[in-house]
Amino acid sequence: MQSPGALEISRRDLLAASAATVTVVSAHSLGHAQTNASTAPQSTKVTFTVNDERRELQLDNRTTLLDALREHLHLTGTKKGCDHGQCGACTVLIEGRRVNACLTLAIMHEGDSITTLEGLGQPENLHPMQAAFVKHDGFQCGYCTPGQICSSVAMLDEIKANIPSHVTVDLTAPAEITPAEIRERMSGNICRCGAYSNIVEAITEVAGRKA
Amino acid sequence: MRAFSYERVSSIEAAARAAAATDGAKFIAGGTNLLDLMKLEIETPTHLVDVNGLGLDRIEATREGGLRIGALVRNTDLAADERVRRDYALLSRALLAGASGQLRNRATTAGNLLQRTRCPYFYDTNQPCNKRQPGSGCSALAGFSRQLAVVGVSDACIASHPSDMAVAMRALDAVVETVRADGTTRSIPMGDLHRLPGDTPHIEHILERGELITAVVLPKPAGGKQIYRKVRDRASYAFALVSVGAVVQPDGTGRVAVGGIAPKPWRDEAAEKELANGAKAVAAMLLAGARPTEQNAFKLTLVERALSAVLVEAKG
Repeated sequence: MQSPGALEISRRDLLAASAATVTVVSAHSLGHAQTNASTAPQSTKVTFTVNDERRELQLDNRTTLLDALREHLHLTGTKKGCDHGQCGACTVLIEGRRVNACLTLAIMHEGDSITTLEGLGQPENLHPMQAAFVKHDGFQCGYCTPGQICSSVAMLDEIKANIPSHVTVDLTAPAEITPAEIRERMSGNICRCGAYSNIVEAITEVAGRKA
Repeated sequence: MRAFSYERVSSIEAAARAAAATDGAKFIAGGTNLLDLMKLEIETPTHLVDVNGLGLDRIEATREGGLRIGALVRNTDLAADERVRRDYALLSRALLAGASGQLRNRATTAGNLLQRTRCPYFYDTNQPCNKRQPGSGCSALAGFSRQLAVVGVSDACIASHPSDMAVAMRALDAVVETVRADGTTRSIPMGDLHRLPGDTPHIEHILERGELITAVVLPKPAGGKQIYRKVRDRASYAFALVSVGAVVQPDGTGRVAVGGIAPKPWRDEAAEKELANGAKAVAAMLLAGARPTEQNAFKLTLVERALSAVLVEAKG
């Protein structure tokens, strides 16, 4: 067992080290205050459209679009999974293009038009992709599902716009809708329940209906 | 995330000035890498200069027969551009091999070049890392290094550059155009943009404070067969263990840049002269002086085999 004396010394060292850290931090803050216009604002006003509704928010600059949607606008259909752009649960559409809402600041979207799952469809008025996910059992726990659905709707538009993918064989030919294309293009949406094969079936059905 | 102030700028000159004027300022464009790092407090800017309004989002033909790609052109749009698909297929292929659909919709051309390493110890703020905290040591040397670099490394750092796009840009002889805070401009060949770690791994490129990338310029099309072959631990949405970007001409000459093995896209013009002698000869020169760890020594063989596969495909 460690002697009480040794413990005391290590505690004192730890406190001294902490104090030094604090000193460095405050010196840095002071330096910053001197070079930066005394109190630069750390919140910003932003106006954007969410699901066709104009929204105006005064936000801490650090607020991600995901947190603005969930915590400020209470649109909780968009999910927070990893919060680092790795899982795709937070996928929303900005000007019709799918993005990870966790990796963009809300204040960077002045004037933008944002669509979340709530804007795609409602329980009494399902978007065809939502209906297809239900029909094909494209989920188990459902947590990744809003991201999967937003992502797949925009993904089909990307194919329609002739945007190629990693598995597109001929870059100069029109992009095709195949299971391989769907799987590759949906790789930014992780489903830990492993509903992938049913998700591909749901998307394939909607794509067929569209074509 | 640490607090920061924020401004949107509407001219290139104002952007460069704003970034130079404030200690600890950074540009933000797509933000897909920067915000990730800010959440972990690995990046702690005091001020963000949002450059998304600068209009640098066009791809234009140059007088020399090449393309000038605006710094803000998103990865998706660059990969899908008809001229790029037809004349610079290597670039399209490299872009499409990287990240996810969502990330490519936001990530920009300039941001892709300046993204930071994905070394697990750079990301783990509980571990020493000379790149994140100069002088603290390198945890990767004796740690988990499967993903990391084997050439161009130092005793201070073995981090690899994660970009696929940059490998293609290097093979295609791209040139980076910038504006400095004093308004002067310069053109930097891709091979000169990134620095090797030496004993200052936290300094990753030659850009000055406030210097803004405005475009990446491609020379006239190189022709030939353009191939990007990426080897990774998953079939999609993973960083390269090894990637080979090549332009191979009908007479067997060509250019080769390799990703996943170095702190920058790795190319050696002298090694390319060996292309007619096969992958083994090229790989031997490319990897001369390699210092792999026990965990990533497999990359030496993998480079040769990936290159060999590329050369076979080029003949087909």
